[in-house]
Amino acid sequence: MKVLVPVKRVIDYNVKARVKADQTGVDLANVKMSMNPFCEIAVEEAVRLKEKGVATEVVIVSIGPAQAQETIRTALAMGGDRGILITSDVDVEPLGVAKLLAAVVAEENPNLVVMGKQAIDGDNNAVGQMLSALLGWPQATYASAVEVSGSSAKVTREVDGGLQTLDVDLPAVITADLRLNEPRYASLPNIMKAKKKEIVTKTVADYGVDVTPRLKVVKVAEPAKRSAGVKVETAADLVSKLNTAGVL
Amino acid sequence: MAVLVVADNDNAHLRDATHKTVTAAQKISGDIDILVLGKGVSGVAAEAAKIAGVRKVLVAESDALGHGIAEAQADAVLALAGGYDAILVPATSGGKNFAPRVAAKLDVAPISDIIDVVSADTFTRPIYAGNALETVQSTDAKKVITVRPTAFAAAAEGGSASVETVGGADAAKTRFVSEEMVKSDRPELAAAKIVVSGGRAMGSAEEFQRVIEPLADKLGAAVGASRAAVDAGYAPNDYQVGQTGKVVAPQLYVAIGISGAIQHLAGMKDSKVIVAINKDADAPIFQVADYGLVADYKTAVPELMDALTAAGK
Repeated sequence: MKVLVPVKRVIDYNVKARVKADQTGVDLANVKMSMNPFCEIAVEEAVRLKEKGVATEVVIVSIGPAQAQETIRTALAMGGDRGILITSDVDVEPLGVAKLLAAVVAEENPNLVVMGKQAIDGDNNAVGQMLSALLGWPQATYASAVEVSGSSAKVTREVDGGLQTLDVDLPAVITADLRLNEPRYASLPNIMKAKKKEIVTKTVADYGVDVTPRLKVVKVAEPAKRSAGVKVETAADLVSKLNTAGVL
Repeated sequence: MAVLVVADNDNAHLRDATHKTVTAAQKISGDIDILVLGKGVSGVAAEAAKIAGVRKVLVAESDALGHGIAEAQADAVLALAGGYDAILVPATSGGKNFAPRVAAKLDVAPISDIIDVVSADTFTRPIYAGNALETVQSTDAKKVITVRPTAFAAAAEGGSASVETVGGADAAKTRFVSEEMVKSDRPELAAAKIVVSGGRAMGSAEEFQRVIEPLADKLGAAVGASRAAVDAGYAPNDYQVGQTGKVVAPQLYVAIGISGAIQHLAGMKDSKVIVAINKDADAPIFQVADYGLVADYKTAVPELMDALTAAGK
């Protein structure tokens, strides 16, 4: 069984995003970039499926600038087998990403796509669902447990108020939530080995997919700053202030 | 221009997120219909019909819809999409699960988690965990939008819309197996007026329960937790407030032993009044707190309980 794992290069989750002074976007110059944390969880899950003997090959795909190759290398060091980099100098919207991934699926014929539930830059939480819709495959989003058996997968999902378990036919799209697993750190020997693994570089044009943006970014602004209030000395003082504010 | 609002419900009751999504819809158009998806949802439809300013309530039912299966939900919406210029869905875990499918099938760009309607085609949404606000103008003829409920006031009641049944939908390749819902007498985290959250300082699940839960119960509050506390196993995942968890905006948010990481602040900084109790005076949480108490929670929380009792709570 072949597993395809799309990964995205994003601003490192420990770095605070700063809005550009001209309000055209977020300043990414000289900012530490890393693999989107949810994508890391997806890679880990795919590698574990391979270690369990369920998956035979884990293919990593990323869409982005040339540097996204580093993100693919990280995934290969974690245990991915080979990579596909689709270069694009412009930011591709979720709809375009889903269409490109659908084209990759048509070429690669995986039995399963495992990907992060959302990227921490655009926070859209959309590509997995859209890919599943375009392919006509079932979807199981926000996964906290995945059990593949034969021609289906049992997936436990994090939903508002609790957990839901679905059984989906394969091929399917599964998106990873935070608690699915704890991604491994790549060991030095595996990092060295990953350097020799194959990464094929393509362009958006190679897939004949129209990724023209549908949304025009009018502006990107800083949220209103919340200013620090007052320090209270005692719990009783706090309760009297909250009573005055009318929030108790 | 007509707008379809897809209701958030659990088959038994309409959730408040629906009322808030209607408020967002009102900023786009006055012609608003509500679609209720589920199984055995006549009670939900009756509640939806009471929202003021709604033209009609459409009801689609099936087993798959009753279990919130995204493939069925998207198909039920798509069957009606031709009659609407915009489809608005509450940005709950259920809404976010199917709305992008609808967009993909319509070949339009979904607009996720909007917090403001600037005009009928222009919307503001948080990106980078709320560290930036992006205003986008859609060039698509039809719009598929998820609405962050905490960013809008609830639409008023007092309407009496008609209720119509429309076609249900099924999902051939997905089967519902089971669900485990957390049973609680406390209010739901995302909708609560008061939230009491605990952080890593609690040190254990037992301590979290001993300290946070009685205070929450005294205040009639929902219980929340920082990601650090959830990751450490002190609190279940659905307690998590933050970028990767729930976004809340209650009247009062009480953060106990929470340092205030960026990812946590993203989930609660729109609360009306924020209280922080932390023994580290330099904790970033104090930069957003209206009232800060620099103290060890071990002494501060019992004192707070006593002070609340003294104040008649």
